[in-house]
Amino acid sequence: MRATESSDAGTRPSRGVDLAAALAAVARGDQEQFTQVYDQVSAPVLGLVRSVLRDPAQSEEVAQEVLVEVWRTAARFRPDKGSAMTWVMTLAHRRAVDRVRSVEATAAREHKAALLDQTPAYDQVTEQVESRLEQQRVRRCLGALTSLQREAVTLAYYRGLTYREVAQLLTLPLGTVKTRLRDGLIRLRDCLGVTA
Amino acid sequence: MTAADLHTSTGAYVLHALAPAERVEFERHLAACEACTQEVAELAATTARLGLAVAAPAPPRMREHVLQRIQTVRQEPPEVPSRGRLQTWARALPRLSLAACLAAAAAFGGIAVWQHESAEDARSQARQAQQRADELAAVLAAPDAEVAAGELGDGARGTVIVSRAQDRAAFVAAGLPELPDGKVYQLWFNDGDIMRPAGVFRGSGAERVVLLDGRIDGASGMGLTVEPAGGSPRPTTEPLGVMAFPA
Repeated sequence: MRATESSDAGTRPSRGVDLAAALAAVARGDQEQFTQVYDQVSAPVLGLVRSVLRDPAQSEEVAQEVLVEVWRTAARFRPDKGSAMTWVMTLAHRRAVDRVRSVEATAAREHKAALLDQTPAYDQVTEQVESRLEQQRVRRCLGALTSLQREAVTLAYYRGLTYREVAQLLTLPLGTVKTRLRDGLIRLRDCLGVTA
Repeated sequence: MTAADLHTSTGAYVLHALAPAERVEFERHLAACEACTQEVAELAATTARLGLAVAAPAPPRMREHVLQRIQTVRQEPPEVPSRGRLQTWARALPRLSLAACLAAAAAFGGIAVWQHESAEDARSQARQAQQRADELAAVLAAPDAEVAAGELGDGARGTVIVSRAQDRAAFVAAGLPELPDGKVYQLWFNDGDIMRPAGVFRGSGAERVVLLDGRIDGASGMGLTVEPAGGSPRPTTEPLGVMAFPA
C-alpha cells in the first residue's frame, strides 16, 4: 500500500449504485438503471464541461450530449480498461474539447487573438477547486506540483487547450510542455493514489 | 515523431491535447506499447479526478431532457470478438479519414513493399513494386477505409485496413519477430473456413505494411501463419492470429 490519499471519494464513489454494474444493465437497455447512472454522473459531467466551455447554455447542451452518448454507447464500456467514472469523464472531456475546437475552426483567427489576450484561467479554476472542501485532496495534490506542471495541466484539462496552445501561452518549447503534462499527471496520480 | 516523443505523449493524449494527426500516430504506437497502455489508463483515471473536483449540480430540466431523449436514441451494439482460435481481434478502431490514414502511413516511415521471391528482372520488379506501392497507398487513403487491430502474441500487433469500394485489404504488422532463413510470414483470406493465400512477407521487428494479394472477394477475414519460404497453398501451421474484417 502506498501512503497516499484514499481514492474512495474519487473514481469509486462510496455511495450510490455500482456504476459499472449499472452501465452493464444500461447496455442491455435498462432505462431504470440509466437514471441511476445519470444521478451519479450528471454533476461531474456538467461541472467539467462548464469548466472547459464556460458558457452555461452551451455547457448544458454539451453535457446532455455526453449523457445521451453514455446511453448510446454503454455497451462499449470495457471494465477491464478502467473505471466507469473514468470512462464517462473521458467522454465528457472529449466532447467539451471537440466543441471548443469546432468553434475555433470557424473562428480561428479571433480565437488566436483572444487566446493571446487572455490571462491564464488556471488560478480561477484552482480557486474553484479550492472552494470545495470535499475536494481538498485534489487541491492539495495540485498544490504539490511545480507551478509549471500545474499551469500546463490545468490549462489543458480545465480549459481544453492543445499542448501547442499551452506552449504558446506559457512561451515554452513544445517538448517541455509535453513533458510537463506527463510528469505533472504522474505526480498527481501518485499523490491521489490512483490505480487504473 | 520519434519513439521517445511518442512515449512522452501519454499526458497530452489523455488530456485530449494532441493535434488529430498526432493522436492517430500516438494511438498507433499505443497499440504496440504495453507500458504506454498502462500509463494511459492510470493518467486517464487521474484526469477523471480533476473532473470530479469541479462537479456542479445539474438543473432538473437537464435530467428531464436527457431521460426524454434516450427514448428515441438507438443503442450501439457491443464489439464482438471474432472466432479467432488463438487470439481475439476485437479492438476495432474508429473509422479513419483519408488524412488520418495518410498520417498513419507516413508514421510507418514509408511504405514497405511486397517482396517477390521469384527471380524476375530488376526493372520488372521495380515496376511491379511501384504498382504495388500505388495500390497499397490507394487502400490506405480510401475514403471508405475501415480499420481493426489485434494481438499477434509476444507483444506483436496487427492492424488490417479494408476498402470495400476497392475490394482490397492491407495489413500492418508491428513487432513481429524476425524469422529464421527459409521461413516467411504468409497472409490468408478467410473464405468461410477455407484459407486462400494472400501473399508472403518477412518479419523485421519494425512496422511493416503489406497489401494483401488479390481481391477480398467476399472473404470474411484474414489470417497470418509462418510458412516455408515461397509460401504454401494451404496453412501448414497454427495461425498466429485470425481476424474478422471490419463490417
